[in-house]
Order: sequence, then C-alpha cells, then structure tokens
Amino acid sequence: MVAGTETPKRGRLKLGKTERANLRLGLLFISPWIVGFVAFLAYPLYYTLRISFTRFSGFGEATWIGFSNYERMLTDDLFWKSLGNTLYYSALAVPIGVVVALVLALAMNQRLREVSTYRGALFLPSVLPLFAVSFIFIALMDPIRGIFNQILGVVGIPAINWFADPRYAKLALVILAQLGAGQVALIFLAGLKGIPLTLYEAAEIDGAGAWTKFWNITLPLMTPIILYDIILGLSLGLQAFTQAYVIGAGPAGSVGNPANSTLFYVLYLYLNAFRYSQMGYAAALGWVLFILTFLLALLVFRWARSWVHYETV
Amino acid sequence: MSEITVERLAVAIPEVRKRKLPGRIISRITLIVLSIAFLFPFYWMVATSLKSPVEMRASPPTLWPHELVWQNYADAVTAVPFWTFFRNTVIITIFTVIGSVISNPLIAYGFSRIKWPGRDKVFYLVLATVFVPFPVLIVALFDIFANLGWVNTFLPLVVPFFFGQAFWIFLMRQFLLQIPQEIADAARIDGASELQIFFRVIMPLALPAVGVVGLFAALFAWNDFLGPLIYLQGVEKYTLAVGLTFFRSQHDVQFNLLMAASTLVMLPVVAMFFLFQRTLVEGITLGSIK
Repeated sequence: MVAGTETPKRGRLKLGKTERANLRLGLLFISPWIVGFVAFLAYPLYYTLRISFTRFSGFGEATWIGFSNYERMLTDDLFWKSLGNTLYYSALAVPIGVVVALVLALAMNQRLREVSTYRGALFLPSVLPLFAVSFIFIALMDPIRGIFNQILGVVGIPAINWFADPRYAKLALVILAQLGAGQVALIFLAGLKGIPLTLYEAAEIDGAGAWTKFWNITLPLMTPIILYDIILGLSLGLQAFTQAYVIGAGPAGSVGNPANSTLFYVLYLYLNAFRYSQMGYAAALGWVLFILTFLLALLVFRWARSWVHYETV
Repeated sequence: MSEITVERLAVAIPEVRKRKLPGRIISRITLIVLSIAFLFPFYWMVATSLKSPVEMRASPPTLWPHELVWQNYADAVTAVPFWTFFRNTVIITIFTVIGSVISNPLIAYGFSRIKWPGRDKVFYLVLATVFVPFPVLIVALFDIFANLGWVNTFLPLVVPFFFGQAFWIFLMRQFLLQIPQEIADAARIDGASELQIFFRVIMPLALPAVGVVGLFAALFAWNDFLGPLIYLQGVEKYTLAVGLTFFRSQHDVQFNLLMAASTLVMLPVVAMFFLFQRTLVEGITLGSIK
C-alpha cells in the first residue's frame, strides 16, 4: 500500500500547471455527472447485487441467504415463462423492426416534392406515448368493437381474438412495436444520404439494376447502422414493459393476461419487487437481466463480424 | 460521413435528375399507403372517441361516427381525475426539462471544450452506462428513495435529471465539438472566465442542441410509465400515464371515453411535434453519427 502510493503521485506531479488547472476545471464541469453516476447508477447497481443475496421484503432487516435467489430461478416456472416470452418477443420484434425501418427509410429517400410530409407521417407515431398507443391497440384489435380483424378479413385472414388468445397476444405486441420504426428509419435515412452517388453511377454504367444496386451497394454500406439498431433494439426489447403491463392488465389488478402470455421479464421483476414484497428475488432477477443483456449484445457483436462492412468510403 | 445534417437531407430533393414518371407514381403510392397504415391507429382513436355508446355496439364497427359526440371529451375528463393527472404530468415534465437543459450542457462542456488528462477515458464510461438497463436498478433506487422519504413525491422522477443523462451528454458533446476552438480562445485572451465563456460564447451557439435535449426530456417525462408507476402511490400524485392505466383496470372505462382521454394525452405531443419537427429530426440524426 505504502509503496504503491508513490507511482500515482509521481504521475500527478508530471502534469504541468495549465494541465492541472484544466483537470480541476474539467472535473468541476462534469461534477454533476460524477455525483449522478455514483448516486443513481454505480451505488444502486452494487446495492442491487447485495440485496440479491438476501431475503428482503422492502421493510425491516434483510436476511443473508447466499445464492438461494439465483437457485430459485432454476425451478421457478414463471421465471422461465417470462424469460421465454421476452426472448420470443425480441426475436420477432427486433428483426422485423429492422426490415420495416429499412423499408421506411428507402421510401423516405424517394425524390418527391412532398416527401417531407410522408416523413412526418411515418415519424410521428414513434414519439407518441406508448401507454396511450397501447390503449389504441386494445380498441383497434378488439374482436367486436375494433376494426383490425375487418381489415385482415379483406385479405382473407380469419378473425383473431388478439388479446384473449395466448397464441396471438405477443404477436399483437410485435405489430404494435412497429409503430416506433419511424425513429430508426430517420437514422437509416441519414445513412442512406451518406452513400456517395458516384457509387451508384458507376454501377449504372456497369448495367446494374435497382435490386443489384440495393444488394451490392446500399445494404453493405448500411450494415454498421443496422448493427447499431439491432443492439439498441435488443436492449429495449429485453426491457419491454409498458405495453405488456397496459395490454395484459385484467380484472382485479392481474397482469400478464391471457394465461401469462404477456408476462414479460421486467413485468415479473416488477411484480416480485412491488407486489409480492420479494425485493431480494427481484434484485437477483435484475442482475440476471443485466448479464443477459450484456451477453446477448456480445453475441450479436461476434456474429456481426461476418456481415458488417467496415470499409470507409 | 460525419457531417450529415438535416439541411442536407432537405436540400437534396429539388436538384434531382429527371426520373421516369412510372417510377415516381410507384414511389408516391407506396409512401401514401405506408403513411395511411402508420396513421390509421390514430384515426381510429379519434373516430372512436366521438362515437355514442349506442354506436359503440354496432357490428361491424362503423368507420366514421354517424353522430359526433363531443360530450365524450367532457365525460372523459370527469370520469377520471384527468386534470389532476394532467397537472402532475406538467409539473414533472417542466422540472425534468429544466434539470436536463442545465446539467447536460455543463457536463458536455467539460467533456468537449476543456482538455484534461483522462477525459476521453471517462467519457467512455459515460457511454458505457447507456447499456445498463434501467429496470435492473429499480429495486435499489426504490429502497434508496424510500429511505430519503421521497416515495410518493415527484423528487425521484425529477432530481436525477439534474445530474445528466448519458445519451443527452453524448448529443450535446457531439454538437459542442463542432464549434471552432478559436471562438473561445478569443474570449479567453480577453480575460473571460470559463463559466463566462460557457454562458456568453458557447451556449448561444449551442441553443439548437439545448433545444434538442429539452425536447427529448419533455417527451421522456410526458411518456414515462415505469418511473411514475413505481414511485407514485396515491391517486392524487398520479401522472396521466399511470392514472389512466389505473382507472382503466379498476373501473372498466368505456372505449370511447378511453380514446377521448388518449387523444387529449397525445394532443400536446402532436403540437410539439409540429412546432419542433425539424429540431427533433436533427436530434435523432445527431445521435446516429459516430
């Protein structure tokens, strides 16, 4: 300890006078962040970890129980159910979201006089409150009073009882999620605008059609932005809560309806923490979510090495 | 690649090479169909909000209400304590915006306009915090705020925003990095202090970015659900998000009234959207640049 203090001290002395003044000034400006980081992130994260090894109702003393909360997950059917629901939802919502956003971006990129009007129309739904959009979908997809099934009926799809049938409730939430695609589409659009026209002109000289140009120029150059969106979408998908809470709400304050098919991971965490007074178990669920998000992101990054195009133009 | 601004998106349209007519018609039809698909749910919301209880029972449902029942709006705001929820949401939104437009520019300034040893390493830490899912923290945060006696007040929802949000710090920093160093140097030679430079020189130039952060903060606060759900426990403290959800599950609110309330919740957001669409688009594209 004593010997160790020598090195940083010498390192600090190397700083010049202005450097030291700048360090002080810089830290002063970022000091709100330092306080916030410690108080609202680092400490709560550590505190969550500590609670996760205890039995704690939220009041009184916490009892140390070691890894019991983590072991409990292995045999907890609802844990697996909620994890499965969330992974199923993300596995559909994320890739579909990428395709929808890409289609929107390509459409928004058309050279039409009134294109900014369409951009606005496609972007607006993504900034509206999710809880209220969830209300709309309850009314829209209601088998009797809604009109969604009537529209599907025009193309020959039989009526579906969206929010009463466990097979379709998550699918309905995947459809709902697509209303948010406009925001991602704008990010994609900025990417499309960044592709030099000369590349397309060169391809045209070689006789390339629209599809070839899209497949060989547009898509490869868009892959870094697509990867960014997959990572972001995955993280948000695993955290999905509001739409499941609002739409899966049933009589007497029950959630996850029908038949726990909309019991998402964070919803189950919320129930344990704030309804069942299982703060310790909820904390453990939180840390598992953290690790899971991290591992899945890592997995996507590794997988992306085989398809992301990193050459700069 | 790094300077994609909305200006360029907008300017790119007029000076185009001529395109074949059929191609333009197909583009136009595609865009119209997509726009209708994305806006239809909101049309359905407004249409349903104006239907009479009798018409609500029609099967198949009517596409446009035969009779416009504006009374539904008056009923919706009395069926639930709408204006209490509204007032609470407005208060939280205002303080969230104030906190955000004060803290994020200051922090971003420290990460961009002042060179200090280790700055960029610390900034990586800021970026890394974006990847901590908020739900992971709710158990601990609730316990911490409960010990402070802040539960069932607006403080847990508002106070953290006075300490910066990683993504908004990032946005501000992106913007501040684009301002040439010479501008501040001139003021520095004149003997201005760093705070004076911040307020008098840099902030006036950075107002568009401050606007973006303020808008994002307002949207976040207005739309937030999980935060208010956890910290607010009395109906008199509920926001629109939590209050309307609570009443729907407790009292079986009629669809037409629920849609009327939803329309009212969305109106301020739609108004902000039309007023500040450019700023919003700019903010979203600013965040996409590496």
